[in-house]
Parts: sequence; structure tokens; C-alpha cells
Amino acid sequence: MSALLELRDLTIDYRSRRGLVPAVRGVNLTLEAGQTLGMAGESGCGKSTLAMSVLRLLPKTAVIGGEVLLDGEDVRTMSFGRLRAVRWAGASVVFQGAMHALNPVLRIGDQLAEPITLHGGAGAKSNSPADVQRAVGELLERVGLPRRHAKAYPHELSGGQKQRVMIAMALACGPRLVIADEPTTALDVMVQAQVLKLLGELVSESGIGLMMISHDLSVLAQTCQRLAVMYAGRMVELGPSAQVMHQPAHPYSKALAAAFPTVGDPASRMAPQGLPGDPPDPTNLPGGCPFHPRCPVSTVECESTDVLLRQADPEHQAACVRVPENVTETAGEPV
Amino acid sequence: MSELIRAEDLSVRFKARGGATARAVDGVELTVRKGEIVALVGESGCGKTSLARSLLGLVQPAQGSIRFEGEPLPTTSKGLKAYRRQAQLVLQDPTGALNPRHSVYEAVAEGLRIHKVPGDERELVADALSRAGLRPPERYFLAFPHELSGGQRQRVVIAGALALQPKLLIADEPVASLDASVRGEILALLLKLRQDLGLAALVVTHDLGLAWNIADRVAVMYLGRLVEVGPVEEVLTAPKHPYTQALLSVLSETEEPIVLSGEPPDPTRIPGGCRFHPRCQVVAAGLPEEMERRCRTQDVPILTSGEQTQVACHVATARATTG
Repeated sequence: MSALLELRDLTIDYRSRRGLVPAVRGVNLTLEAGQTLGMAGESGCGKSTLAMSVLRLLPKTAVIGGEVLLDGEDVRTMSFGRLRAVRWAGASVVFQGAMHALNPVLRIGDQLAEPITLHGGAGAKSNSPADVQRAVGELLERVGLPRRHAKAYPHELSGGQKQRVMIAMALACGPRLVIADEPTTALDVMVQAQVLKLLGELVSESGIGLMMISHDLSVLAQTCQRLAVMYAGRMVELGPSAQVMHQPAHPYSKALAAAFPTVGDPASRMAPQGLPGDPPDPTNLPGGCPFHPRCPVSTVECESTDVLLRQADPEHQAACVRVPENVTETAGEPV
Repeated sequence: MSELIRAEDLSVRFKARGGATARAVDGVELTVRKGEIVALVGESGCGKTSLARSLLGLVQPAQGSIRFEGEPLPTTSKGLKAYRRQAQLVLQDPTGALNPRHSVYEAVAEGLRIHKVPGDERELVADALSRAGLRPPERYFLAFPHELSGGQRQRVVIAGALALQPKLLIADEPVASLDASVRGEILALLLKLRQDLGLAALVVTHDLGLAWNIADRVAVMYLGRLVEVGPVEEVLTAPKHPYTQALLSVLSETEEPIVLSGEPPDPTRIPGGCRFHPRCQVVAAGLPEEMERRCRTQDVPILTSGEQTQVACHVATARATTG
């Protein structure tokens, strides 16, 4: 059986006046139904580009190489008709910034009804207005909002409520894969906890696959089983959340994990930790390991050796020379 | 440590739609001492930004007083202008705070020109930039905001504030819009400024990790009132107020999170009794009848701005007195 989502040696470049700008540089990844995967990294590391490529939502300037397989079917070569069927019903996206993703002049109910009418799903027996209305009501209840909010306009809802509407919309057609791009970034801690709890429940109830993107490792670790850390268009670490968070094998993951301190940990008291320097310019990547100019533990070897993912533990990989290269080359294999 | 700024019984009110009054800040006592970093923590809509703005004289309090170095805040525009040189504001989004058509030099020099600061402008700007960690400063003079990264932009904003040699920095979510890697760098800068210049700061945030990283004291705000105030070590490791406990539990990986239902309530309709009781997990879990009646009907006294940890909760107070 083929996996729900499989990326094989995915590369994405953007055409620009200065030539091709690489955004994603060879990513291999597998996500099975019922699994949750978190993607972390700084702005510009290619995590959103990667996610958008799954539904072919990238602008025309993007040049995609490799394969994006949804249920074994390559999204890149799909006919447009087939792609339309897959969007919403096969896989859907909770976009970043729910505040701006809803149409301000349409009622919530009408916006939720649109994908259901066009694609069917969410238990709507037919396209008749009554059935669609019922399905909309059920969707709202599923994300913990009262049915009457179908009549509301976006401005009448709070940020957290709008984010719930976005999640309801992503679920409208019963997709098997949900991609959530920074679903909680603009939200308060408590509302964020509510939204994360909801996402977690939905995944465990309906066995959908979830790919969640954020720059906040601690948020991802709370919701996702596995974590992938991206730097300069590549995956630099992949493993079970607790391991990546607490025993990171890559110095970059370590810096990201330390950026959000554990309250009560004496080591971080009065000692905020950041990572000096800026992410590299994608048109002018440093030689060797792309992270070496910012790496606190880089050696001479790092300036010349570019490292791909290596096996640190059976389920844990990292792209760093410090990870011993004892196991046979598994780096290029899909995981 | 002597007091730098002190708010007493402060209230800020706004006219809401339909003639209702929003009590954004509803009786707050807060002190920031010289060289101290205080974190003001709470959800959106709890009034923390209104409180910060009133401390800068940007909104007129409806009630109560603010004293800076013992003197009441000036009311004339000339007096306020002089005051704002001492107390500078740093906002959340550096991209919005900087004029896209002004170079870094212009952005930092603007304050100096407004306040007619004597001395060599070029030198003052260079000094402020290098204090904010942009070195060598001359390299940044002619750069425009779009050429800088988010972290660098926030450093420019901070340099603009530093140029005026303030005594107090009021920072409203200074790192919320920045990347994880940059966050620590900016926080380290605030600590360094305190160490080098003795600069006090009131950091408004919803991020308890930030408070743990840099603050000496933390004030937790809920619906216009402070509900728990005290040294960071005490409040964040042994929280006494149910709201602080809930906020901390959602951050922790080990504890079962206490996820409060609902959104923060409306400041135009503040519930009677303890204002937190409709969402309080301790009330929901069941209390002795007498206690529950107090939570529902009796307002909690306003916390004073003393040194010790204080908590505005009937249950916590009763438990503390009975041991």
C-alpha cells in the first residue's frame, strides 16, 4: 500500500530575474494516515513552499523537481480536473493568518458551504441547500462552535473562533490529509492551547494525516508525533518529537529548541538563548554544510563537507558530521 | 531599589459601541523600580496594552495616578514630551514601526531632532546603533528597513529609543513577530542594556517563557486587574492563582494542560464577584458552599505593589491563612 503522502527528492526553485532561487533542495518524506508531522524552521527555510507544493498551490514561477505522491499518485502530473477533486476532498490546507483568509463580506456558513457544494462531503447527502446547511452546522459543532455562528460574518468572531472556522473548512470534504501552516501563530497561549487540542482530537478521532508547520518547536512537540527541522531548503533533522526537542542531534535544532525556554529550568533563567546571524541567502549558499557559518560547534571539516541526513537512532536522523556515519547510506532513502 | 514608576489605583475606560463602557484597566497598582525588568503577562484584551499606554501618557486614565520618580505624570503637552524622553516605547512589529522610506540613520536621528538633544548627531546615532548590537554602525546608516532582517529592524527600533537615553523602556510584545532564533538575541539585548545602562523595562507579553528568560518580577493580568504579582521564581514555579496555574500548564509538556474554555470575557461586562470565577477551574471542580458564594459574589481586593508575592484569589488567600 502506498503512503498517504510521499515526497521523493523534492526540489523547488523560484524563477527570478537573477536566475533560479532554490527554496527546497531535495526533501524525502513519508506521512501515513493517522500520523502527525511537525515542520519547523526559520522564515525562508522553505517549509511553507514545501507544504504548498503538495496541492500544487505554488505560483507559476516555481519549478518543481522530484515527486509529490498523494496516495501513490503524482500531484505534479495530475490533470487539472483530477487535481480539483483531490484538493479539499483528498487533502486540504489550514492557511496561515486565519484573520485574512476568510472573505469579510460573506457569512461563515456560506463560506463553509462552498467546498461542500462543489466537492460534496462532510456527510452532506446531496447538494440540496438543506443538506448542505445541516453539514455546515455539524462541521461547526465538530470544531466546538455553536451552529448559529453560520450566520455570523468574520468580523463578529474572535481570532480563535476564526481559526476554528478555518479548521472546519479544511475538514469540510472529509480529507485524508490536512496541512496546517502556522495555525496558531497569531493566537494567545490559551486560545492556542484550545486550537491545538482540537487539532489533536480530530486527528485521533478520524485517523487523518496532519502536517503542521511552525517556527515554534514547542508548539509542534505538543501536537505532533514526529518533528522535521528544515534549514536552507533541506531537512536537517527528523525524528520523534520528544527526541528532537530534548536530545536534538543537529546544532540548529538545538538552538531552536533552546529559543523557547522551559519555565522553571534554572539553565534558561536570565539567560535567553538565540542563534546569532541570519539564515543564508538562497542564491548564495555557503559551501560545505550550509549551517556552518552560524554553527556554534563547527569544525574545519564542516566548511567543505555537505552532509545529508544520517541515521542517529533507528527512528532519528540528522544532517551533521557529528552524527557517526556507521550505518550504511540511508540518507537518500525515503523515511 | 528605589521606585521609578508607580501606578496607583489606575483605571482606563473606553466608550464601547452602544454606549457601554469598557473597563480596560480596572484598578491596578504596579511599580517598576530602577534597573528592574517587569513582565506584564495576560491574554489579548486583558488590558495590558492599555495599561502600558497609560503609563506613557498616551491614554488618559479615568481614575488613579501615575508617578514617575515620585512626580505625578505631567499633563501639558510640553511636559509629556519631556517625560517621553525618559520613558520610551518599543512596539511589537518593527516593520510597521519604521518608516519604509527613512534610512536607519533617519529613523534613529528623528527622536534626537524632536527632542533637540545637544551633541554631535552622527556620534549619538552611531552610539545608539552599536549599543543595540548593530556594529559597525556606519554600515547601517544608509540601509532601508526592507534591506534588513526582522531582528535587525527591531534593533533599529530599540536604537531609536536608546538614542534619547531613557530610564524606562516599555516594550509591547517585543519579540512576538520575530523568528525563534532572533527572539533570544533581542531578549539578551534587553538584559545587556539593563546591565550596562541600568535601564528598567516593562515588557508586555503573553509569553511566560519570556518572563522566565529576562524578568525580575512578573505581573499576571486578567480582565483589567492584576491577579498575581511577585518575583518570577516564585510566581512561575509555584503559581497560586488558578489563572496563572492554567497559563503555565498549557506550556508544560509533563503536566496535564488546564485548557480554560471560552475566550477572555468582555471588559464591557465584567462578571461580579471574583472576575475570573466563570472560567475558574477551581470553582468548576467544586468548592465548599460558603467559599463558592464568596467567589461568585465578593470582589477580590486590589493587590498592592509591595515586594512579596501577592495573589488576588479568595481560595488561595483562605488556604494561605489556614495553612
